Amino acid sequence: MSAIDQALPPFQVFLDEHLEPVRAFLRGMVGPNDAEDCLQETFMAALRAYPRAHGGNLRSWVFTIAHRKAIDHHRAAGREQPVADVERAVDRRNSAPPADSRLGMSPRDSAIWAAVAELPPGQRAAVVLRFAADLRYREVGEALGTSEEGARQNVHEGLKKLRRSAAELKEMAT
Amino acid sequence: MNEFIERLAAQASEEGLLDVAYATVDTPIGEVVVAATDRGLVRVALPGESVDDVLNHLAQGVSPRILAYPKRLDEARRELDQYFEGKRQQFDLPLDWRLSHPGFYRRVLRATARVRFGEVITYTDAAKRAGSPRAFRAAGTALGSNPIPIVVPCHRVVRSGGNIGNYGGGPELKRYLLEHEHAL
Repeated sequence: MSAIDQALPPFQVFLDEHLEPVRAFLRGMVGPNDAEDCLQETFMAALRAYPRAHGGNLRSWVFTIAHRKAIDHHRAAGREQPVADVERAVDRRNSAPPADSRLGMSPRDSAIWAAVAELPPGQRAAVVLRFAADLRYREVGEALGTSEEGARQNVHEGLKKLRRSAAELKEMAT
Repeated sequence: MNEFIERLAAQASEEGLLDVAYATVDTPIGEVVVAATDRGLVRVALPGESVDDVLNHLAQGVSPRILAYPKRLDEARRELDQYFEGKRQQFDLPLDWRLSHPGFYRRVLRATARVRFGEVITYTDAAKRAGSPRAFRAAGTALGSNPIPIVVPCHRVVRSGGNIGNYGGGPELKRYLLEHEHAL
């Protein structure tokens, strides 16, 4: 038994700690309808590789896997962005009363998800990691394979676009 | 239990990735944690033990691929229920001995596993059955480190002269188990 193995917490403890943040991240990346499948694939992949998950930060590590699963998901669906989810979310936003309670989302949340889904992939992942999964910039960078500065930049650019969409939404509403 | 974790554990088990499954059992002595590998029951933790410590020890001694998966422990839980209800005198479960030190310690535990319900032996008897009659102190240490208490009935080993001796879960628990078995 190596020192590396000894440093690893029991997988159940790792799962209890990261399940909800990873779920929040995947909801932001692929939408609430497909998030559960991606979540299962993420933690199965993590379990498979777990004994080799030494050193580093387990949190960044599991988000790296989740990010890859989200990209695979989009690729498998034959699109860079989950357009259907965006359209559905936009539809819900425009038609009152929305049936979002089923997903545990308010109409306002749907509008935010829709705007997030329109961001370029790198910015989107960075924004969701920072704000839905509550990672620090260093961890966002580790999870996405960029520098801390790169992560900060991506979040900054993403937020700028989101603010613009929010302003547009407001204009549409008045 | 959390539906997601249940689904994950089931798939992990199916794919041979779940090295240790664990569950809790409510018993008259409190909540007991049971854990099994693909070879059999590997750990029984008495109520005084912290679940975190038990899981960490399993992660280091067996594998960190551990999940709560009560289904793999259905039979162990059923037999423990029956034991505490007074409907079972002998456990019929495959055991995984890997958390006990191979050699003398494990021989002591294997010998103890054959002591029957309602009987008691002394530490000297246990040492003798493990092949080293004079090593009664070491036998006591071996029994104190028993990873599978109750099922491997180390509570049935007592001091000569009437004192029931030590027990991992405390002497009161040892007395409770022996009285339950009408051995006192």
